[in-house]
Amino acid sequence: MARKIGKQTVVFDKNIAILNSACCVGKVEGEGPLSSTFDLHFEDDYLGQKTYEAAESEMIKQAISKVLKKSQISQSDIDIAITGDLLDQSIASTFAIKDFCLPHFSVFSACSASALEMGIGAIFIESGAAKHALCTASSHFCTAERQFRFPLTYGSKRTPNSQRTVTGAGAFLLAENKNAPQIKAVTFGKIKDYDITDANNMGAAMAPAAADTIKTYLEDTSKRLEDFDLILTGDLGKIGSKLVVELLKKEGIDISKQHDDCGLIIFDLNDEKCVAGGSGCGCSASVFAGHIMQKLKNGEIKKMLFCATGALLSPTSQNQGLSIPSVAHLVEIEGCKL
Amino acid sequence: MTNKEYSKLVDKANNKSFVLKDCFFAFFTGGLICVLGQSLCDAFKFLGSSTLDAKTLSSITLIAIAIILTGLNIYPKIAKFAGAGTLVPITGFANACASPAIEFKPEGHILGIGANIFKISGPVIVYGLFSGWVFGIIIYIVNLF
Repeated sequence: MARKIGKQTVVFDKNIAILNSACCVGKVEGEGPLSSTFDLHFEDDYLGQKTYEAAESEMIKQAISKVLKKSQISQSDIDIAITGDLLDQSIASTFAIKDFCLPHFSVFSACSASALEMGIGAIFIESGAAKHALCTASSHFCTAERQFRFPLTYGSKRTPNSQRTVTGAGAFLLAENKNAPQIKAVTFGKIKDYDITDANNMGAAMAPAAADTIKTYLEDTSKRLEDFDLILTGDLGKIGSKLVVELLKKEGIDISKQHDDCGLIIFDLNDEKCVAGGSGCGCSASVFAGHIMQKLKNGEIKKMLFCATGALLSPTSQNQGLSIPSVAHLVEIEGCKL
Repeated sequence: MTNKEYSKLVDKANNKSFVLKDCFFAFFTGGLICVLGQSLCDAFKFLGSSTLDAKTLSSITLIAIAIILTGLNIYPKIAKFAGAGTLVPITGFANACASPAIEFKPEGHILGIGANIFKISGPVIVYGLFSGWVFGIIIYIVNLF
C-alpha cells in the first residue's frame, strides 16, 4: 500500500511501471538536439487543423494513439486518463480526450503536470483503483503565446531571459509490471513564492520550488545524492538551472554533477529563438517520454529524480502585478535493467 | 533566504541585454522607416500631390506595407532585431492592430476581430486622446493670459 513518509513523500510497494511512453513535437523541437528521440514531429504548427488549439489537441491524440499501439492495448483497457495543459479550462486535453471515451480528469499545475500526473497515476495503480492509467501533458508555442503574451505576428522583442514554450505532447501508460522503468516514490511540492513578478523570467520564479521539493524528498527518504545518476528538473531553462544549483548549494546539497534540465536540452541554445531554453507542460513531458525513457529502458540511467516545475501565473494575476507562485513535483524513478 | 537576497541571486544569474547593439538596430531600422516615409512623401509630391496630401498618402502607404508584412509574418521577424525601431513609427501601430485581427479571427468577426483588434493599440488611442485633452486645456489656459 502507498505509504506517506516524512513530510510530503509517498512511497510505493507495488512494481508501478511506466510501461510505455510516446511523444509528438513541433518543427523547432524536431530540429533540436533530441530530434531522433521523438516519436513524431510535425512541420506544420497547425497539424492540418483550423486553429492552434485544435492542433494541440491533435498532438495529444496522436501521442495517446501511439502509446496505446506501443503497449498493444485498446482504449477500453484504460481505467483512468489524467491530463494536463496550459490552456484555460484545459481545453486542449478535453477536446483531445473526448473521442477516446475514457474516464478522465484534468489537473492544472502549469508545467509541472507531467510529474504530478505520474504521481497521481501511481497512487491509482498502487491502490488498485486502476490497472492502467494514462497520463498526458502538452503545450503549444502558438496557443501559449496567444494566451499569455502577444499575438504571434506582433512585432515584439523577446527579453534574453524568456523561455520558449515547447510545442509538444507526451503520453505515459502506467501499470503494474516488473520489466519497465519503475516509479518508486513521489514528493508533492509546496508552493514557493519569492516575489518574482517578471513573467519573462519563469526559470527564476520556479527554481526555489524545485530546490525545496528536491531538499524535502532527500530529507523524507534519507537517500543520498550519490544514489542517483540524474536529477532532472522540468523547465527551469538557463537561468533557473543556475539558480536551483545555487540554492541547494546554500543548503549543503550539491546537485551540480547530476543535474540537468529538460528546458536546457530540448533546444539548441545557440538558436536565437530559444536562448534561455524551453518551457511548457510539453517540455518535460516530451523530453521524458522520448530521450529519458530510452535511457531508462536501456539501462543508461539506473536511478533518477524527475522534478517537473510549474509557474502558477495567469494573465489576470500578471496584469494585477502579482508575483509568480511556483510549484515542483518530484518522482523517483528506477531504470528497468538494475 | 529573504526575497531581497533571492532577487540579488537572480540578478547575478540573469542573461544580460545587449543595450548598445539593441539601440543601434532600433536607431538604424527606425531611421530607415523614416527615410522611406520621407521618400514616399517626396515621390507623391513629385507626382503632383499637395504637401498635405503627400503626407497623408505616405502614412497610408507605410501602414499598408506594415499590414501586408504582418500578414506575411515578415514584420515580427524584422522586429526581433529592430525592437523599438519597428515599434515606435506608424508601422508599429499598424502591426499592433493587424496582428490581433489575424490572431483572433477564429473566434469570429465580432467577438474575435472586433473585440480584439485594439487589444494592444487601444491604450495608445485612449491615452493619446486623453493627453490631447489635457494639453488642449493647458494651451487654452495659457492663451487666456
